[in-house]
Amino acid sequence: MRNILYIIEKEFKHILRNRSILPAIFVAPMIQLIIMPLAADYEIKNINLAIVSGHYSSETQHLIQKITCSGFFKLVKETSSFEEGKELIEKDQADLVLQIPNDLEENLVKEKKGKVLIFVNAINGTKANIGATYLSSILKTYNLEFIQKEFGLTNPVDLRYSNWYNKFMNYPFFIVPGVLVTLVTMIGAYMCALNIVKEKELGTIEQINVTPIKKHEFILGKLIPFWIIGFFVFSVGFFFIGMGIYGIRPLGSILLLYLFLAVFLVAVLGLGLLISTYSQTQQQAMSVAFFFMMIFMLMSGLFTPIESMPNWAITMAKFNPVTYFIEVMRMVVLKGSGFADISGHLLKMLGFAIFFNSWAVWNYRKTV
Amino acid sequence: MVEVQNLHIRYKEQKDFALHDINLNVEKGELFGLIGPDGAGKTSLFRILATLLLPTSGRASVMGLDVVKDIYAIRRKLGYMPGRFSLYQDLSVEENLNFFATLFETTVEENYDLVKDIYIQLEPFKKRKAGQLSGGMKQKLALCCALIHKPELLLLDEPTTGVDTVSRKEFWDMLGKLKKTGLTILVSTPYMDEASRCDRVALIQNGKILSVDTPKGIIDSFPYPLFQIKSKEMAKLHKDMIESKLLHSAHIFGEWNHLVFNDGNTMEQLIDYLSLKGHTNIVWKEIAAGIEDCFIERMRDL
Repeated sequence: MRNILYIIEKEFKHILRNRSILPAIFVAPMIQLIIMPLAADYEIKNINLAIVSGHYSSETQHLIQKITCSGFFKLVKETSSFEEGKELIEKDQADLVLQIPNDLEENLVKEKKGKVLIFVNAINGTKANIGATYLSSILKTYNLEFIQKEFGLTNPVDLRYSNWYNKFMNYPFFIVPGVLVTLVTMIGAYMCALNIVKEKELGTIEQINVTPIKKHEFILGKLIPFWIIGFFVFSVGFFFIGMGIYGIRPLGSILLLYLFLAVFLVAVLGLGLLISTYSQTQQQAMSVAFFFMMIFMLMSGLFTPIESMPNWAITMAKFNPVTYFIEVMRMVVLKGSGFADISGHLLKMLGFAIFFNSWAVWNYRKTV
Repeated sequence: MVEVQNLHIRYKEQKDFALHDINLNVEKGELFGLIGPDGAGKTSLFRILATLLLPTSGRASVMGLDVVKDIYAIRRKLGYMPGRFSLYQDLSVEENLNFFATLFETTVEENYDLVKDIYIQLEPFKKRKAGQLSGGMKQKLALCCALIHKPELLLLDEPTTGVDTVSRKEFWDMLGKLKKTGLTILVSTPYMDEASRCDRVALIQNGKILSVDTPKGIIDSFPYPLFQIKSKEMAKLHKDMIESKLLHSAHIFGEWNHLVFNDGNTMEQLIDYLSLKGHTNIVWKEIAAGIEDCFIERMRDL
């Protein structure tokens, strides 16, 4: 037991003296946490719109005004030629082209119906999707107004939205807890794996191995410092950046988050340990850890919802510990979920922790 | 103190044994040398004795304890200095020493008398990071760390490789002093001239032990009359001598060639031959074999 303390003390000396690792552990995550949520904002503004219309009737003018007033669109060009509109899309100067036929007003007046056409540049799927949705919802409102005006009907079904859990659809509220999880994951798995492999690479593990220190003491002495650092990084990220900068007030219990964090860190540290038992050099460990990190991050529901993934990917995401912590973070922070709500997640995380660590220890034991 | 019986080791994915049928006995209080070229298997044998590697077959015990079954009991009483500097480069001299002392549940003060002679030389640098020490100082620190728990047996794997001649001599003087405290020391080296500092020496090559003897025994057992010879053109001399077909062996030792004749051939015949080849200023002398001559001769027999 005393030996574990000595190892921990030694580990902290290593970490605190390493001028390249120290900022990587403490500063880089904070910068990422500040920058990423601000940059990765899904609310899309400034969608470039071109309008193709040969005849500017009052009805057309009215429609165009409604669209530009919404604030989402930037009118890049009004033209009478469809060819020119097409060219704008090809040159990537317009994301959307709205074609209003010359006889729109005539048709509306005479036949009480008219057609408009939207062309979407779908290279950036998100932008295309959101732009087209915005535009069609404006057209829908226009439609409704027209019906009311012409036929004197009132809206039979009155649609109203209320955003639950994130009332103003504040993007950082959604993304900051998720990014924080990935940062904690990286520190746990990466740093832990690299730290152990470094001892192998430098040969210092030889000198440790001829001391009477037990394997479990060595492993615990290695894992506990990173467990503590994980808590530290999480706390700074949560209180200073999440609450301080973004003003995220968690609805649920912070203690519950810490409970989950404690188990989660054991799981990712176990993964780091596992990687280290299969690697001989830091380069190998880095490559393997990077592979897992990429998959963990992209398949965790951090940016794209898991539900919209294909079935096989959903299955894969279920074997990703990061998924569960991101979910728990959002549940507790935004929804105020309690212990009963996340107990299933907690059990699964315990499973991950036991699985990774047993495998790692089993593989580590094979060496003398 | 060290008993090795029919020890074999074969590494994964390799056909040949890295150690083949090793038998070895080291007595208590002995300074025992394991001498052989790089790749002979010295480090493998040391790692088995230090409980870092499991033998493929055969038995080995140190201090009466089995290297497979009594791993932790051995580690408590064994000092091991790996061939590669294996202390923490970012910890200071003092911190390294304290760290290893605490892992053995002891303190530097408790065993200070054992490491005093060596540690005094390190003392001025005790706040310096181990990584910033010179090669010789690193070796001294590593030796201190291996001694700090007062081991009964010290295993030193090539402690003098890459160390300058003066430091090498100092290092062997230190080993001599340590031996006087009753410590058993097993040391490996690729330098044959260091063999004479040992009580007994085992010659190891290609994973096999060729012979075990005292340095004197090895020299006495040299079976042939040995000559040394030199002339103006050393490189040509060596080549011409080998082409003369008169010699059993010829090796360059510094400015001299050491040579042994084939049965029936004499120095007169060689001088005649060399004169014909145009060599001048030929100087020769019969000499007693040194330990290196003996090793080279034994390796030839293989």
